[in-house]
Amino acid sequence: MGEIIVEEKGKKGGKRQAKKHSTRIDMTPMVDLMCLLITFFMLTTAFSKPKVMVITMPEKDPDKNAPKGPEIPKNRTLNILLTEGHKVYYYIGIANPKKPEEMPQLIKTDFSKDGIRKFLLVKNRDLFTKIAEYRDKRITGKSVVADTTADMAIKKMKKEDQKGPIVLIKADDKAKYRDMVDIIDEMAICNIASYAVVDMTQVELDMLKTAPK
Amino acid sequence: MPKIKHPARSPHIDMTPMVDLFSLLLTFFMLTTSFRPQEAAPIETPNSVSEKKAPETDIMTIFITKDGKVFFNFDNGVDTSTHFRTKLLQKMGEQYQITFTPKELDKFSKMSSFGMPVKNIPQWINSTEPKERDKLQIGIPTDSTDNQLAWWVRLARITNLNAEVAIKGDAETNYTVVKKVMDLLQENKVNKFNLVTNLQKDEVSMKDMPK
Repeated sequence: MGEIIVEEKGKKGGKRQAKKHSTRIDMTPMVDLMCLLITFFMLTTAFSKPKVMVITMPEKDPDKNAPKGPEIPKNRTLNILLTEGHKVYYYIGIANPKKPEEMPQLIKTDFSKDGIRKFLLVKNRDLFTKIAEYRDKRITGKSVVADTTADMAIKKMKKEDQKGPIVLIKADDKAKYRDMVDIIDEMAICNIASYAVVDMTQVELDMLKTAPK
Repeated sequence: MPKIKHPARSPHIDMTPMVDLFSLLLTFFMLTTSFRPQEAAPIETPNSVSEKKAPETDIMTIFITKDGKVFFNFDNGVDTSTHFRTKLLQKMGEQYQITFTPKELDKFSKMSSFGMPVKNIPQWINSTEPKERDKLQIGIPTDSTDNQLAWWVRLARITNLNAEVAIKGDAETNYTVVKKVMDLLQENKVNKFNLVTNLQKDEVSMKDMPK
């Protein structure tokens, strides 16, 4: 390094002036290239990673030797029927055509906030309150637990729940995929403990035909 | 009349700040980018509140478009030496008596989602025109006489034992099509599905609880 400085000094001594170059470099091509690259990256980047909703379906042909589960009280069974035009119908209990006097009535609702959600919240009041209180405690800092522990606790609450509805989701041929996802989503929002997607029976199809439009 | 003289200005603009900014942006994009996977058809997924991220590897994805076409994708696995895609295609070839050359197999492992009858796959692999390739994407047959999707799922499950199943359906797809795919999966002992959705926040608190 030292040597170079000495040399420069020597040059100055000789009064040899270097040709004056403009200190400005034309940056236009560089800017052009950068613009291109940025555009490329902006268009090809996937910002939001896709999210997934996990659903577990009941096994198709269950083991016949398996012990039978406990009998479900009729008034806990909530059937949700999905049909064309994003319409939602629901009824409580079991539709048995052999007992016409006990046939439940279809009630029409929709996917809005005051629609099916309101009904589900009322039905699931106990469990929802319990989970909401638990979450509240965590938010306000009254109880400090890890995320996984909290998830486990909520899972346990759902498992032990004995009052909430057991929702059976049924869609007919005219329903859209969106309806199905929306209703399953509604289950997650309302903290419904047990729900299942099942096939629609002929009885229910007939009920839909005569349902209020 | 004296002419009005404009002060002589240099036509050069100082582009340094612009370049600075651009390089920053460029660096940002280059570092954060994860390329959007190429898809056979545009699919608009429905919204949900789920925040669970989709697994990136060990997953087979079944795409269902608005008009009911079905596409399939399968990844190579975390380990680059496993070559699940190659193995899957080989098995599928054995099933349908089609032999693939090593070159075709290699090329297939680098491609993405596909949707066509198996017999058209060599043509799809070898075509160089993107347009021609798109034309071949007519959907995987799912009817009961020749249910190729079932074979894809079955063989993919044998190839990669850890593979999960994701369903990416368009929101406007008829439910019957989705149901058909789900039934098919259940027949192959897949009872847990990942439905690909868009995140849309929708909080409900005690305030929303009707009195």
